[in-house]
This record gives sequence, structure tokens and C-alpha cells, in this order.
Amino acid sequence: MRSYLESTARERLQHVLDAGSFEEFIGPAQRIVSPHLAQLNAPVAFDDGVAVGRATLDGQPVFAAAQEGGFMGGAVGEVHGAKLTGLLRRALAERPAAVLLLLETGGVRLHEANAGLIAVSEVMRAVLDVREAGIPVLVLVGGSNGAFGGMGIVARCANAIVMSEEARLAMSGPEVIETANGVEEFDSRDRALVWRTTGGKHRYLLGDCQAIVPDTVAAFRAAAIATLAALGAGPAALSVDALEREHAMLAERIARFGAMRDPLEIWRALGVPAPERVPLLEIDAFIAAAAAHRLGES
Amino acid sequence: METLQYRFERGDKRLASAARLVGVVSSGNLEVLIEAAPLGGACTIDVTTAATGFGAIWGAVMHDFQQRWQLADVRIAINDMGATPAVVSLRLDQAVATMLGEA
Amino acid sequence: MDWTTLADALFPLGHRITEHAQFLSGTADVAGPDGAPAATIAVIGTTGHAPIGVEIALAQARAVLDTVRAHPRRAILLLVDTQGQRLRHRDEMLGINSYMAHLGKCVDLARRNGHAIVGLVYDQALSGGFITSGLMADACYALPAATIRVMGLPAMARITKVPEDVLTELAKSNPVFAPGPENYLRMGGLQAIWDGDLAQHVAQALHAAPSGDARAALGWQRGGRKLAQPVIDAIAGDGHVQTA
Repeated sequence: MRSYLESTARERLQHVLDAGSFEEFIGPAQRIVSPHLAQLNAPVAFDDGVAVGRATLDGQPVFAAAQEGGFMGGAVGEVHGAKLTGLLRRALAERPAAVLLLLETGGVRLHEANAGLIAVSEVMRAVLDVREAGIPVLVLVGGSNGAFGGMGIVARCANAIVMSEEARLAMSGPEVIETANGVEEFDSRDRALVWRTTGGKHRYLLGDCQAIVPDTVAAFRAAAIATLAALGAGPAALSVDALEREHAMLAERIARFGAMRDPLEIWRALGVPAPERVPLLEIDAFIAAAAAHRLGES
Repeated sequence: METLQYRFERGDKRLASAARLVGVVSSGNLEVLIEAAPLGGACTIDVTTAATGFGAIWGAVMHDFQQRWQLADVRIAINDMGATPAVVSLRLDQAVATMLGEA
Repeated sequence: MDWTTLADALFPLGHRITEHAQFLSGTADVAGPDGAPAATIAVIGTTGHAPIGVEIALAQARAVLDTVRAHPRRAILLLVDTQGQRLRHRDEMLGINSYMAHLGKCVDLARRNGHAIVGLVYDQALSGGFITSGLMADACYALPAATIRVMGLPAMARITKVPEDVLTELAKSNPVFAPGPENYLRMGGLQAIWDGDLAQHVAQALHAAPSGDARAALGWQRGGRKLAQPVIDAIAGDGHVQTA
């Protein structure tokens, strides 16, 4: 079985979407590269680290983008961000059944600082415009870099997120936190802690991702199809009621768990049996154990 | 960053026209963009590399590559981030293989 | 900059803004266009270079939602002064990205419900603390002495492996790295920089809030981002990228 984590962005698109269906917009042959990397003596990529285009998923027309985590950590620069924003704006005109964002990214590309920050903000607004148009946006997170920074926020602007256990979804990386506030605050070399805090299983238990899958492209594909089918039943757009429900959920999260030091305490408080074994469970066993206890609207 | 350019004449193997990309510009890796182009029968290879001062080695790798494939009317562009000669050769061969539909 | 001094300058007709743990909220009176009666607006934001953690993100979102529910079409001014997202294990454990996204979604919802939303960076803004408030507004403005940056230079040097002295040099004048609002203006991230009569600027901004996100086009027009809009156009129009 092909690992999603070890696949490149283009391999992920090939195997998650219907075989041979991906048609790229502004592909690498057009050589639209970053205008800012040369001044830092950094290499460019012909697609600036993201492939965007149209495809089908289980026969349905979709738009899709996949970030290449190997290039600049998948971080968003001027061109990379514009490709994502262009894809999302085109979706408003062409109206695919869904937009899939295969995210693997540290967030804003620091080498492009100001341009990258504005670019991520434009992607965020564009995602919400797509939702407002009634088109669901689905995020897949399964790469070794996870989805961090401004793109970790964009992920939670989507309708749903599918994660693997190996993936992480957060804002600031543990090294940044440790550098700012010390190893006592967050030991970035404690991998078990990092994954308890920001990994797929914890996010699934909190309700910040809607599906968790084993690390295979086939599992991500199946979950994407199933999640989109489930989303089809409800509205894609934001509403006051939905945001009020989310607000209540987030307020309760602070009230219940805000004094806890370790995510293990959260899992225990949720009633998950043998919480210390959660990291060891295979995905199917984990999903079964989590079912009666996890938070979030399914 | 260093740029290097190679041009080979007298090849005779032409490839299908759609451009292909293999590889990723990550540490120790490279990407190869390969496409058919009207070059009067030549094969050109443009290299941009983060590892400077290895011109002689690149030359040898390119020469061996052209010996293997004898490409004509093909344009190849490379963004390299310190790949070894073995990895460079591998990616170049992968690029040709995808053009031939063998990958 | 002291927020009360700012509020007095922005709202000579009066304001009722309070601060609680660096969170600002309340209402203010703003002159209408061409002699129309003053309108009440909502004011929401942060002060004291606040780190944006889960509580303050949620508090801002609550204020936006309350405005949407209780005051149809009331304009909202977001005041930004932040050192960025709070860098604590606890906030990551609780999912600070979700709290930030929630705030951004509330701002977006308010926009769709007919509320004009304007952001003002009056002191500092660092990426995470600003990306779902000021940068989600219809238009964002800054005072001339404001600093807007993605990250502090030492941390940036560590992560990018670019030497700190190289970044420091670039941050002096390179628009991509320099923290001055002029660079964000040129790149289209800011609509304008406010000098002089702040009360008049606020009134005008609230009545002329743009619809749609035109920042990439602005960045192209002003020469600060030469590729973003051409790439967006090429993808939306299925063409090739045309640069100037």
C-alpha cells in the first residue's frame, strides 16, 4: 500500500483523485517561479511548490491543490499563494462539486515574509468565498510537515479535515515555542508530546478533524469520497447558528480542559478508556475506542 | 546559486511533446522538467544548482546522459538542491522514462 | 501607543470602549457622510502588544457575533496591537488555530451580513495575531509609526538558516522583509496609511469599504507584488501569466 506521507504532492493527487483525471492549471512548464527567492540565494521550483487544477473524484468534478512539503517546507510565497487563490476564485465560476486542498505546509514562507502573509490571507478569504457559493472545501493533512501557521488556520476555515495519525495540525511549531518560552514550556524533542498535542488522534478526539485514516493514499481517497458525501447533506456556507455552536464548543473546551497540562488528561476527561494507550492503537481500534467519547459534530 | 548550460547536437531520439516534471527541489534532491522543443535537432540542458563549483562533474553526468539517450529537439531544465551525481542521473533517466510512458 | 489616546483621536464625537486583559470592546460614534447623522459603530480589538491566545481570540469573536445578532448592519472597527499568536503549549493543545479560524469566520460572516469592517494597525501587528482580524477586514489601514511583520528576525534566521545579519540588512529597505506599513501598502495588504485627521479617515473608510478582496490587484497596481494578480488572472481565465 502506498504511503501518503512518503508520496510527493503530485503522487498524492494522482492516487487520491480518479486515475489520470488531473488537469493542471499553470503547470511547471510555464516556469512561474518565485520572484523573491533569488535574493536569499535559495533555489526555485518550476511550480513554486504547489500543483493546482481540476479533476474528478469518484466521477464528480472537483478542483484540487496539493502542496509539496519537500520544497521550502510547503510554505506559501507570492506565486504559491496566488495559485491557490486563483484556483479558489476559478471555482466560483466553474462550480465544481468540491474543492480539495491537500495541505502540507509550515504556513507563510518566511523567505517571502510580507508577500507570503498577504497571500495566506487571500487564500483564507477565497476559501470562505467558495463555501459561501455552496461549494464544500475539504482539507487533507497527511504529510510529515503537517499544516501549520496561517495555513493551519485556513484548514479550520474549510468544511472538514481528514488527517492521518502521522499528521499534525497546529499554529506554531514546537521549536518556535521552545525558543520563545523554554524547554519546560514545550520540549520540541519530545516527539510523543508533540504528537499528543498536535497530532491526528488528538485533533480527532477534540473534533478538529472529522476523519482519521491510516497512512495510505487509498485510505485518504476513500475518506475524501465519504466525507464529501456526508457534507453534501448540509450547507457549505457559514451561518450564525453554526458559528454560535462552534463558539459554544470552543468556550467549553477552555472551561473543561484549559487547566490541563497534558493532552492525556483531556483524553481521560473525555472518558476514553486507557488513554495512555491511545498513541499505540491502530487506527481502526482507535476509531472504535474514540467513538463514544470524541467531541465535535460528525 | 550557479547556472550551467549544455547543448548536444547529433542526437536522433525525439520525444512526445507534453512537458513532464520529475523530482522535488528538496535537500539532496532536484527537479527535472523535460519537454519537446524545436531546437534544430539539439538537446539543451539548463541547470540551476545550489551547490556551486561542481561544473566538471555536471559536465560528465550530462555527457553520459546524452550518450545513453541521444535525444534530439528536447529541452531539459533542472533546479538542483545538492543532489549527488547518482541521483541526478536517476532523475534524468526517470524524466525520459516518463516521456516514453514507461514510468 | 495608548489606546485611549487613539480612541479620543478616532472618535471626537464620543466612545464607550473598555479594556479587559488587553481585550478592547465597545462602541463609538462616527460622523455620517456629507452631514448625515453620526452612526454608532462597534469597536473590537487588542492593546498592549497582546499575545493572541485562545481566550482573547474567542472574546473578539464573541464581540463580532454579538454585533451581528443585536445590531444589523452596524459597522465594525478592528483595532490591532499584538505581538502575534501566544506561544504556549496550552494554546496549541487546545487548538489555537481553531480559535483563530473561528474569529476569522465570524468576521467574514459579519461582512456577508452587511456589516462594513475596517481594520487599523495602530501599533504592532505580527502575523498570527493579525491574520484573522485586521487582514480579514474589508480593508486594513495603519498609522505611520506602526510595525507589521511576520516574525522577529532572530527566530526567522533560525528557521530559514539565512544569517541574521543578512535578514537585518534586508529588513532595512527590502519591501518583502521591512516591517514598515509602506511595504504592506505597496503590496496591497493595506488600503492606506492614516496620517492627520483620524476621525475623518475612519468615517471615510467605513463608508467606502470595498466589497471583494482586491488586494492582489492593488499589489500589482502599486508595483509591490508583480506576480500575484497575473497568476490569479491566468488561472481564473485559463490563460498564460502576463506580467507587466
